[in-house]
Amino acid sequence: MGFLLRLWAMIGKEALQLRRDRLTFAMMFGLPIMQLVLFGFAINSDPKGLPTAVLQSDNSKLTRALVAAVGNTGYFSSTQAVSTEAEADELLQRGAVQFIITIPGDFTRKLIRHETAQVAIEADGTDPATVGGALAAIGQAASQTLARELSGPLASYGTPAAPVDIVLHRRYNPEGITRFNIVPGLLGVILTMTMVMMTALAVTRERERGTMENLLAMPVRPIEVMAGKIAPYVLIGGVQVAVVLVAAKILFAVPFVGSFALFGAATLLFITVSLAIGFTFSTIAQNQLQAMQMSFFFLMPSILLSGFAFPFRGMPAWAQAIGEGLPVTHFLRIVRGLMLKGASLEQISGEIAVLAFMLILVSALAISRYRVTLD
Amino acid sequence: MSGPVIDVKGLVKRYGQRTVVDHVDLTIMQGRVCGFLGPNGSGKTTTLRMMCGLLTPDGGSGTCLGHDIIAERDAIKRQTGYMTQKFGLYEDLTIRENLEFVARVYRLDHVRSRVDAALERLGLATRQHQLTGALSGGWKQRLALAACVLHEPKLLLLDEPTAGVDPKARRAFWDEIHALAGQGITVLVSTHYMDEAERCHEIAYIAYGKLMARGTADEIIDGSGLKAFVASGPGADRLAPLLRDAVGVTAAAAFGLDLHVCGPDEAALEKAIAPFRADPALAWERTRPTLEDIFIHLMGEARDNAEAA
Repeated sequence: MGFLLRLWAMIGKEALQLRRDRLTFAMMFGLPIMQLVLFGFAINSDPKGLPTAVLQSDNSKLTRALVAAVGNTGYFSSTQAVSTEAEADELLQRGAVQFIITIPGDFTRKLIRHETAQVAIEADGTDPATVGGALAAIGQAASQTLARELSGPLASYGTPAAPVDIVLHRRYNPEGITRFNIVPGLLGVILTMTMVMMTALAVTRERERGTMENLLAMPVRPIEVMAGKIAPYVLIGGVQVAVVLVAAKILFAVPFVGSFALFGAATLLFITVSLAIGFTFSTIAQNQLQAMQMSFFFLMPSILLSGFAFPFRGMPAWAQAIGEGLPVTHFLRIVRGLMLKGASLEQISGEIAVLAFMLILVSALAISRYRVTLD
Repeated sequence: MSGPVIDVKGLVKRYGQRTVVDHVDLTIMQGRVCGFLGPNGSGKTTTLRMMCGLLTPDGGSGTCLGHDIIAERDAIKRQTGYMTQKFGLYEDLTIRENLEFVARVYRLDHVRSRVDAALERLGLATRQHQLTGALSGGWKQRLALAACVLHEPKLLLLDEPTAGVDPKARRAFWDEIHALAGQGITVLVSTHYMDEAERCHEIAYIAYGKLMARGTADEIIDGSGLKAFVASGPGADRLAPLLRDAVGVTAAAAFGLDLHVCGPDEAALEKAIAPFRADPALAWERTRPTLEDIFIHLMGEARDNAEAA
């Protein structure tokens, strides 16, 4: 089979060249560790309008006022009204909502009986920066609302020191450790950085050194050149992931609750998408410097708009729209889902589908732009 | 078989407004070594690239080894060795790794023994594990040629293979080319060196994208109609600047102590040198124009045409 033989020849050549390129090699393995340590002590922000599921078993004037007040804090946007606990859990696990606010059926009754009523808040703690501000705001909103509502003839009901007890439950990351969020994000950013840049450079290097002309004069097909260039980096990406995971476990004790197989498959998909993007850049760039510049243009939004540097839900709509177009955004959701929430295949299938679609799109673009001639 | 190996007609390549190759016809029979000459930027490299499928012509058609140069690129690539002007192998691979890579890309059998044989022929067997980047210019060129012929091509396209290579290495290179031609391989080789042009079976001269002359060295010299004189004697070589711009003189150049003058029209040339002929110390003689004379003459002609157009 000619295809495989020529492909194998390309892969072998790339691997040999890679082995001799010491600096690149050092960069590929030194960078992840350096970033992990540096970013481990991170960034914070105060996002608002977070999607919230409200499970309201008691429907009285008081509870309605309470829900409205919670909404008025600006931190919560009640996008989903749910009727069962399972439904709410599913939404949280999929990442569709950040919070579940549960108002138990005996809320009003307890208040009237001068007992302390409870409101439960469950927060998706995988990204602690996202929930911190919101949680601080809710307690205040609740006590102010009740103070206002329980006035006039009802004033006597407001006498207990704390009429409402807010029970907070951080899910997936109970202690709100920022590093648990940073590590999965870092995986995405490191892979984007090295995979996109390395392939972009690998192909432009051939053009710059004049070896591309020689390569094109030989009977290799575009797909063989592309796959042969990409394959060794898939392996390197795999090693990078292993390095980050092990370092994360040792340095920061980040848990991994989901399926490893699913994680491996999703990572492979993401690595391939990133490589295909790098290859596309290389078909546009004239030399290695340009390839480097283009990689940085891609890297910047990947770091800032993917939900890595800043909470995704805290960004304005236009920034979120750009973020949705970046593969790392979707990879980040998958990794957080798998590492911290133990998400199932069905729950991350949407993000996987987006990555697969991106892979097809970018590969088609790369192959259509790759020239077998020097025209 | 001994039909034409290269047979192209009316090849045209344009880059924007500029026509780099302008209706070039070229036929080369099997087993011939054809020298491809012309000034820098005359379209030699572009023509070679069109023949081996690296560039798509904007006009014209033809065949290489019986395959259409546009539709059957892959078939041509499999049977053609193309040596790029710039060293095209990987400097960060060893000599052996480079040859093995090329052998695998062409899907050759017995890669190891073929590469062994090629290294032996080159005399690089002892240095096979050195990085290619460490080789001198002459060795790089010989290695590049060895890589080109590894898959036993029927046609070799060599783009200025000996640029910047010392005379001894050049001679070795040309001996190799003739040995390959002896095996029936057809060679089209571009060069700037006149001594190399004379080692070719035949010559094609291109200037400003146009094919200006074609044939053996003798045919081109005889067909040029150029007349030449050589002057010898004290101070003859110093006359070159005085004659260079005279009417009827194409070129005047010092060769050692002698002066070499040529021009297309005999009467005009005689008239130009007449003032200097009076000097009894100088001996003037008719001589056969050299290839260089003719190429300089043709280049001027092509430039005049290009400017007139």
